Amino acid sequence: MSGVGTTQAIAPVGTPQTRARSRPPLRALLPWAAGPAWFVAALVTWRWPDADDFPDTTTLAGLFAGIGVALLSAAALRRLSARAPWMIALGLGFAAWELVQAKLLLLPRPFFGTPQDLLDVFLTDWKRLGDSLLHSLGLLVVGYTAGSILGIATGVGLGRSQRFRYWALPIVRLIGPLPPVSLLPLAMVLIPSNWLASEALMALGSGFPVTILTWSGVAAVDPAYYDVARTMGARDRFLVLRVALPAAMPQIFVGLFMGLGMSFVMLVIAEMLGVKSGLGFYMQWAQGWAAYPNMYAALLVMSLMCTGLITILFKVRDRILGWQKDGLKW
Amino acid sequence: MVTHPAPMDIQLRGIHHGYPIGGTFTPVIEDVSLDIAPGEFVALLGPSGCGKSTLLRLVAGLEPPHAGQVLAGGVPVSGPGPDRIVMFQDPTLYPWRTVRANVALSRDIAGRRDDAAVDAAIAMVGLKGFERAWPHQLSGGMAQRAALARALVNEPRLLILDEPLGKLDSLTRLTMQTELLRLWQKRGFTVIMVTHDVEEALLLATRVVTFSTRPARVISDVSIDLPYHRHRDDPRLLALRREILVRLGHSEDW
Ligand SMILES: Nc1ncnc2c1ncn2[C@@H]1O[C@H](COP(=O)(O)OP(=O)(O)O)[C@@H](O)[C@H]1O
Ligand SMILES: [Mg+2]
Repeated sequence: MSGVGTTQAIAPVGTPQTRARSRPPLRALLPWAAGPAWFVAALVTWRWPDADDFPDTTTLAGLFAGIGVALLSAAALRRLSARAPWMIALGLGFAAWELVQAKLLLLPRPFFGTPQDLLDVFLTDWKRLGDSLLHSLGLLVVGYTAGSILGIATGVGLGRSQRFRYWALPIVRLIGPLPPVSLLPLAMVLIPSNWLASEALMALGSGFPVTILTWSGVAAVDPAYYDVARTMGARDRFLVLRVALPAAMPQIFVGLFMGLGMSFVMLVIAEMLGVKSGLGFYMQWAQGWAAYPNMYAALLVMSLMCTGLITILFKVRDRILGWQKDGLKW
Repeated sequence: MVTHPAPMDIQLRGIHHGYPIGGTFTPVIEDVSLDIAPGEFVALLGPSGCGKSTLLRLVAGLEPPHAGQVLAGGVPVSGPGPDRIVMFQDPTLYPWRTVRANVALSRDIAGRRDDAAVDAAIAMVGLKGFERAWPHQLSGGMAQRAALARALVNEPRLLILDEPLGKLDSLTRLTMQTELLRLWQKRGFTVIMVTHDVEEALLLATRVVTFSTRPARVISDVSIDLPYHRHRDDPRLLALRREILVRLGHSEDW
C-alpha cells in the first residue's frame, strides 16, 4: 500500500529534533532579535539628547521598551515566527526615525514630525480622536448598510423580474454611474440635514456596485438550479432567498467590497465638506491649524478603521463562501 | 407499517414540442402519445439528442408543450409539483450546500425535517461519511448518487429519472440498479426512466418505449413480461435486446 510508505516517509520530518536541526540557524534565532530591535529604539530615544524640546520622550522610550519585553516573551512562548521580520523592521524603523528627526532634525519641520509628536497627539487628544472615529464609523455603517441592502434588493429584482427591469434599469443606468460626489452640493440644498444628505449619497455610491454585481450574479444562476427546486414544490420566496442569493453570493461579495471602498471615499468627502464631525473633519481642522502630527494621527486611525472594516468583510465572506474551492485570503 | 402514496398514472396526448435553435424553430417532439398506468416502470430509449430529456421536462411540468396535453392522475399538468420528483441528467447539486443539506433539499422546501429519511437515503446510495462534504469534493459518480438520494428522500407518486446511473462505474451501477428495483417494488411508485443502456432498460422496466432520431416519435413500445429477478443472460432478454437494437437502426452492431 502506498499509504504506508508515505506515512513512513513523512513521520521523521514531523519529530521536533529533526525539524529544529533542518532549519537554518538564522531563521530560528530571528524571533529573538525582534525584542532587542525595539530595545535599540528605546535606548536611542532615552539616552540620546533631543534636538529640541519634544514632549513625552521618556514615555516613548518606555513604550518602546515595553514592546520589546512583549516581543521577547512572545519569542519565548514560540508565538512569534512569521511576524518576526516585520517586528524587527518596525523596531529599527522607529529607531531610525527617532534618530533622524528627534535627535538630528534632518528633515524640514513641521511636515515631518517626530514619533514623540505623534504619541503626544494620542496622549493628549485621544478623546477627540476617538470621538471622531465613532462619528465616522456611525456615518459609514449606516450609509453602507443601507446601500448594500438596497443594492442587493435592486440587483435581485433586476435579475429576476422582467417588469422590474423595465422600470428600474433606465434609472439605475442614469444615476448609478454618476460619481455621488457630484450630487453633494445638490443634496445639501435639497435635504435639510447634512448628515442625512451624506448618508443618502453614501448609500447611493456603495449601492451601485452592489446592484450591478448582484444582478450579474443572479442572472448567471444556472436555470437547472431553479428547476431542481421547482420540481420539489419550491415557490418564488425559496427560489430567491435560498437559490438565487446563495448562488450569486460570490459576485455579491465582490460588489460589497467595491461598495465599501466607494463609501470610504464618500465618508471623507462628506466630512470635509458638510458634516461637522468625524475623522475627515478632524483632518480638515488639523490642516487649518497646521497641526501636522494631528493629521498623521487621524490618518493612522482612519487607515486602521478602513483596513479593519475590510478585514471584517473578508472574514464574513470566508464564513459564508466556505463552500468555494478557492478563496483569496486578505 | 408506512403507507406510501398511491402511484400516479400519466397520459401524453398528441404532444408536439420544439425550440428555436439559431433563429429557426426546430421540432424536437412530434406527435407522441403514451398511456402510462399507475405503478409501471417505463424505460425510454432513443438516440442522443432526440428529445428524451425534453419529454421528461414536459411530464414534470417545467415547460408546457406547444401542442397536446399531459395528464397526471387524470388532471392536466400546469406546473411542477412535489408528487412528481425528477432526477436530472446532471447532478445539479447546490455547491453551497453540503451533501446532507442537498439531500434534505425537498424537506427544507416543504418545511418539514425528516432526519431519518435523509440518513436512510444517504446510506442507500453509499455516501455515509460524506454528509458534510461539499459537492466539489465529490467524484462525478458520487455526485450522481447524491442526486439520486435527493430524489429518493421524497415520497413521490411518480419518479422521473433522466439517465440516473449514466455516470456510475459498472459495479456501482449494478448495485444501484438493484436498489432502484427494490425501492420501486417496496414503495410502488410509477417510474419513467431515460437510459442509453438497452440492457439496463430490459433488466428493470416493465415496458420499453423506443424513440426515433429528432424529432422524437415513438417507434416501438414493448412490454417486458419477465419476472424479476431477471438475468442478463436470459435468452428471452437477449432476443428483446436484439429486436430493440434493430429498431433503433443498429441491425449490424448488436
Ligand atoms: N432549452 C432549449 N433550447 C433550445 N434547444 C433545446 C433546449 N432543450 C433542448 N433543446 C434541443 O432539443 C433537442 C433534444 O434535446 P434533449 O431532450 O436534451 O435530448 P436527449 O434525448 O439527448 O435527452 C436537442 O437537439 C437540443 O439541442
Ligand atoms: Mg438527455
